[in-house]
Amino acid sequence: MPADTSISAPASIPVPPAQSALTEPAWVRAALIGGALLFLALFLLLPLVAVFVEALRRGFDAYWTALIEPDAVAAIKLTLIVAAIAVPANLLFGVAASWCVAKFDFRGKNLLITLIDLPFSVSPVISGLIYVLLFGMNGLFGSYLRDMGVQIIFAVPGLVLATVFVTFPFVARELIPLMQEQGSDEEEAALVLGASGWQTFWRVTLPNIKWALLYGVLLCNARAMGEFGAVSVVSGHIRGETNTMPLHVEILYNEYNFVAAFAVASLLAMLALVTLVVKTALEWRFGDELAAARH
Amino acid sequence: MVAAADSDGALAGKGGAVTVRAPVPLFRKPSVIPGFGLTLGFTLTYLSLIVLVPLAALIVRSSSLGWGGFWSAVTTPRVIAAFEVSFGLSFAAALTNAVFGFLVAWVLVRYDFPGKRLVDALVDLPFALPTAVAGIALSALYAPNGWLGKPLNELFGLKVAFTPVGIAIALTFIGLPFVVRTVQPILQDLPAEEEEAAASLGASRFQTFRSVILPAVLPALVTGFALSFARGVGEYGSVIFIAGNMPGLTEIVPLLIVIKLEQYDYAGAAAVGTAMLGVSFLMLLILNLLQQWMRSRHAR
Repeated sequence: MPADTSISAPASIPVPPAQSALTEPAWVRAALIGGALLFLALFLLLPLVAVFVEALRRGFDAYWTALIEPDAVAAIKLTLIVAAIAVPANLLFGVAASWCVAKFDFRGKNLLITLIDLPFSVSPVISGLIYVLLFGMNGLFGSYLRDMGVQIIFAVPGLVLATVFVTFPFVARELIPLMQEQGSDEEEAALVLGASGWQTFWRVTLPNIKWALLYGVLLCNARAMGEFGAVSVVSGHIRGETNTMPLHVEILYNEYNFVAAFAVASLLAMLALVTLVVKTALEWRFGDELAAARH
Repeated sequence: MVAAADSDGALAGKGGAVTVRAPVPLFRKPSVIPGFGLTLGFTLTYLSLIVLVPLAALIVRSSSLGWGGFWSAVTTPRVIAAFEVSFGLSFAAALTNAVFGFLVAWVLVRYDFPGKRLVDALVDLPFALPTAVAGIALSALYAPNGWLGKPLNELFGLKVAFTPVGIAIALTFIGLPFVVRTVQPILQDLPAEEEEAAASLGASRFQTFRSVILPAVLPALVTGFALSFARGVGEYGSVIFIAGNMPGLTEIVPLLIVIKLEQYDYAGAAAVGTAMLGVSFLMLLILNLLQQWMRSRHAR
């Protein structure tokens, strides 16, 4: 493509005077870039740096001790367990939901899509509260569950339920727009050629959506491991038993054990960084296949 | 999308003519693709069990108070003060984000500078960073002896941590990506021709920005503002560490719900939760309508 006066790729080459009607004077550009970078540095970068600096304030030994302390290890394990249940559950749901929404036309489809997105607009605290109202001691099923000897609230099942709720839409909302855009021509061809439904899904649909699927799982997992508000309500904060990593961070911080709090927090921050790196890599490498999903 | 649905329907129509299948056209268009019953059944069951039934429990529980009880539970001075704190500061934070989020999106789309892709990736940090981690990091930064808290206090006499300003800063952190990520694609797809036309008709760069670019981006900006605002109202983890949590001054609604739960006041917690859910849905609806109105006004 010949270099034209398009504004979509302006300043990588020195701007000739003829373009000046379509871009700002150099000093305005510099000021805007500077302002934006300063804002991002103050509001986003500095908190991230602070986590690691505070974690290593007393040196690496103190950092390491805080991580291998039994309660911290229990919190890490519990976080992994909860994510290992919640993420596959929402993965399965996401695939099923996007299959029925994208491949079929039926009444109430838009309502269904809205309902799938609903958990995103519910406060995390309310996401926990609703399960307490159902399964808590004074909840609707509370006395029944107590008679049965089943504990959901202040136990692992409650943590899983709350986590499933807050991460509910992640996979589905990545897949639905993509599969809607892809249509069902390829699946119809496969079926006409004699493939079974499952064969069609595994060999035609899945390869088409795999990167968007991974993208959704990645975001789902990050939220599942990092969720605080919802699990805080249902957890009961029993050390070593119902404390996930974010809750453990809170307890340590409230005990003024800052180094340990930031040490555990630094693990979560690393998880966030890994998530961002993989996400960005997916966007660069498979941008076209994800494009529909990213609005 | 419409074309795809049409051809889909046409194909399915042919298939329906050949193989005799139970006609259910009132509910859905027939299709050769299998698995409708299975996937829809699973989707609806899962959706009901995880989302709809529990949310219904919230409504049921707060309605057990009766209208009078509900009203008196959500209009105590402490609850009203918490609503003012939550909604007022979320509004302020969303406004800040609308300004700076637009600036960031503009810079990322229009200019080139070293490290741009890195900066672009960094914008999503608040989505990825667990809120509790953000909360303790911000509170350490803005504490009276923190990196930012100390100079702000000494130079300007501004106390941030444990004041409403601190809450606003946490909500700004949480909401920023919503504005950037809704404005960015719109700015990207803006046709250059319109700006060229404006310039060739003699508009100054600022006039072009105000009369050509801004109206086109405004609906996206409002969407981003609304998303940031809605997120701020419900936010809990990043706020409670920096807020100080003084009833009536720096106590947010989600924290009040937690406190009521800890006192085993389930009905009160449910009532405040229902009110919060209702008010935020209402505001989202209003902003949605506003956005539609703007879009139709500035449609080409």
